[in-house]
Amino acid sequence: MNLTDLTIHQLQAQLRRRDVSAVEATRAYLERIAATDPQVNAFISVTDKVALAAAEEADRQLAAGEAGPLTGIPLALKDIFVTEGVRTTCASRILENFIPPYDGTAVRRLKKGGAVLLGKLNMDEFAMGSSNENSAFGAVKNPWDRQRVPGGSSGGSAAAIAARLAAGTLGTDTGGSIRQPASHCGVVGLKPTYGRVSRYGVIAYASSLDQVGPLARDVEDCAVLLQAVAGHDPLDSTSVDTPVPDYDGALRQGVKGLRIGLPQEYFIDGLDPEVRDALEAAVAVYRELGAEIVEVSLPHTAYAVACYYLIATAEASSNLARYDGVRYGLRIDRGEGLIDMYRQSRAAGFGAEVKRRIMLGTYALSSGYYDAYYLKAQKVRTLIRQDFLDAFAQVDVLLTPVAPTPAFRLGEKTTDPLQMYLSDIFTIPVNLAGTCALSVPGGFSAAGLPIGLQLIGRPFGEETILQAAHAYEQATEWHRRKAPIE
Amino acid sequence: MNSKYEIVIGLEVHVQLTTASKIFCGCPIRFGAPPNSQTCPVCLGLPGALPVLNRQAVQMAIIAGLATGCEIAGRSVFARKNYFYPDLPKGYQISQYELPVCRQGELAIVTEAGGKTIGITRIHMEEDAGKLLHTEAEGGRYSQVDLNRACTPLLEIVSEPDLRSSDEAVAYLKKLHQIVVYLGVCDGNLEEGSFRCDANVSLRPWGQKELGTRSEIKNVNSFRFVKQAIDYEVERQAELLDEGGKVTQETRLFDPTAGTTRSMRGKEEAHDYRYFPDPDLVPLVISRQWVEEVRATLPELPQAKVERFITELGLPLYDAEVLAAERQIADYFEACVAAGGQPKACSNWVMGEVIRGLNAEAIDIAACPVTPPRLAGMLQRIDDGTISGKIAKTVFDEMWRSGQGADAIIEAKGLRQVTDTGAIEPIIDAIIAANPAQVEEYRSGKEKVFGFFVGQVMKASKGKANPAAVNELLLKKLKA
Repeated sequence: MNLTDLTIHQLQAQLRRRDVSAVEATRAYLERIAATDPQVNAFISVTDKVALAAAEEADRQLAAGEAGPLTGIPLALKDIFVTEGVRTTCASRILENFIPPYDGTAVRRLKKGGAVLLGKLNMDEFAMGSSNENSAFGAVKNPWDRQRVPGGSSGGSAAAIAARLAAGTLGTDTGGSIRQPASHCGVVGLKPTYGRVSRYGVIAYASSLDQVGPLARDVEDCAVLLQAVAGHDPLDSTSVDTPVPDYDGALRQGVKGLRIGLPQEYFIDGLDPEVRDALEAAVAVYRELGAEIVEVSLPHTAYAVACYYLIATAEASSNLARYDGVRYGLRIDRGEGLIDMYRQSRAAGFGAEVKRRIMLGTYALSSGYYDAYYLKAQKVRTLIRQDFLDAFAQVDVLLTPVAPTPAFRLGEKTTDPLQMYLSDIFTIPVNLAGTCALSVPGGFSAAGLPIGLQLIGRPFGEETILQAAHAYEQATEWHRRKAPIE
Repeated sequence: MNSKYEIVIGLEVHVQLTTASKIFCGCPIRFGAPPNSQTCPVCLGLPGALPVLNRQAVQMAIIAGLATGCEIAGRSVFARKNYFYPDLPKGYQISQYELPVCRQGELAIVTEAGGKTIGITRIHMEEDAGKLLHTEAEGGRYSQVDLNRACTPLLEIVSEPDLRSSDEAVAYLKKLHQIVVYLGVCDGNLEEGSFRCDANVSLRPWGQKELGTRSEIKNVNSFRFVKQAIDYEVERQAELLDEGGKVTQETRLFDPTAGTTRSMRGKEEAHDYRYFPDPDLVPLVISRQWVEEVRATLPELPQAKVERFITELGLPLYDAEVLAAERQIADYFEACVAAGGQPKACSNWVMGEVIRGLNAEAIDIAACPVTPPRLAGMLQRIDDGTISGKIAKTVFDEMWRSGQGADAIIEAKGLRQVTDTGAIEPIIDAIIAANPAQVEEYRSGKEKVFGFFVGQVMKASKGKANPAAVNELLLKKLKA
């Protein structure tokens, strides 16, 4: 078995036994990235030297018996995490040469835990997209079928796991940006409850929705990564000061007696039959395992996409105002004055989708439209959140599809933004409600494309969805399949 | 007072708080530090950085709110004010909009026209922007950005349009300035921009209910300029209206050198700030308990001090107002009284010699070489007859110069007053003997000559003779 095929917990065991060194594992990944990534385009930057130095340090700690759960584990980060001294682009021309002077909190926690950072991963520009086609550094290809998208916006983070280019990755999820690519790439991806992981040092797209989360080969790896980054951060006012449970310890409790809800609004006409079949098969598995299946209703689901595209774009229009060419990032100055510099820099620096969302959001916040759009959307958001809280009065977790279809073809939806936006209908409500959810491999289409299942939990109920996903994973083989890429 | 129009003025005052660090990050606040040396990812607006609210800034907002009789909001919300400018690193300013921290206060002012209460609409918290330095160095025209000031905490105190003259506006500003400095929430430094004001000015025909169209005057940074700017603006608007014209709603800039205002931007060019609640900050929740804790520690305000000085210490109104005007002066005065000084005597000396000395040397009362116990000690020596009031001035000067106590100086310089009649009598006898003509005059009824004798005796005793004893003895001897 190749080192790059191991899960985090398998590699961790080997490192502890000193069967393999962190430097060997890191080299194995760096070599595979060099050989394989040109087919996938998952990485924007590969940080060989930094990675090897960290691996050497990890080996010293391992030798001294001071290793933590991530010591020597080669990971990679979506290029939305600011990293001290390492270029951070957010997949945008406007930050093409931006080298941050500081590490964000999640990055600091990974480094402190001894993780080896291999590089920065491709994504949709400023996390705006569902296909990873909106990148200034080119689209990411799905490792299962290079003609197809990996999903987005954390497309590089999902594809890197599927193509075995990193043992684990971090992504961010604003409307499904971890779960949807995890589903399309056949990996596990978890979006924690809003406030569970610090956003400090994560380039903001939509601040009230953005959340950091792990992508990995199996549920156990996800639990390990979440453990490393979760917890209150005094540098993020929206991070919540509530104790972090032992996620790994909660995994193996089974689902006997667990009440699983099926929200009827998620079984829509546009749902791909193969996705529906996978979901029904999963229901059967859970029944078999002793879970109780309950039909529930989330009545305001239909308004979620519209609500999301008002709130997210409104926040984005403000969050992206700082890219003005004055202090850092791209500046185009033809010497025709300040306003011209702003216009030119932003016109050249931002891609089409980013511009579209800035304009949408600016409009939604404008005087005379604010009440009808932004304020109304906030009210709808409250109703959507209440839907979930009502459902969780009846059940422990919700089981739904992640995306209406398996991965679509590159270019298939680029000319129709609305179709693209609708690929997030099952993931967006979770962000609006601020609760947690994950995608776990739940089958394959006839064409051999992965299909994910979404498990949604109560606010700060990550333990429960991890536990439910782990039980399913133990009962199935989907997560063991390897994407056909060498 | 204008004959045709009623003047209506509302003021927006920006008060820079004296917190140790900035409002949303831990950077220190230092005026005049090298450009961009007091910055971090948060106040530079770097990608990924997030604001965290400074508790001390909130505390100061509560203090200012309570001192101006405001309601303190149990829940207030920070909002983003969006606009592009190079001194604004995030492309938005974090401020408060719909739900400010304080509302509905008031401030009592006094002008020659009498006393009046001015409503305070709201007080909200916000961050300051950076500074632009325009230079033509190196052969080009550059604008450089210094973000040291970015993210420093401000209170914006908005008055109701209750002010009716430039004099009232100035009285309001001076009162507000005095209070925030008193409370220690602002250093009050006008030159450094710690206390800045925008004035909204409009006119309406007497008797009209609706407000006229206003102009907002920016950049008025001294009390004198506020008066100038408002007077100019009133005249400009009155002329416009007299000619049948209309005042346009606009923002105008005050030019201190010309003493005039000029249009900066009209209503059409007014920004749409697209305010919305800042999703990076949670709503600010202030408990009743916190408010009450602050209220309990609130320092006594000038008005209350004036009243107390009058009723409890028996000072005249004038003294009480002079002493209470500055907190440090008032504290000094009270320390003198506490150290045993008689209140009126303390007042006279503080208002007289102490303030004169401070002004002459341009030093702060904190650096006054004569401490309150020393001053009180000297006053006791006047009371017990050890020195006269006149000699006391010499003693005070020496205390100021040397930092020594009164007793040491009186001893070392031999300034003890002579009350012993045995010592004064020979001097008087000698003076009477040496001036027979004046004695004759006195005895023939010209009592004014008495002053001459007193002067001679004091001179001969080098001022040390007790004037009361001299009077008594002289009278006896001349009448004899």
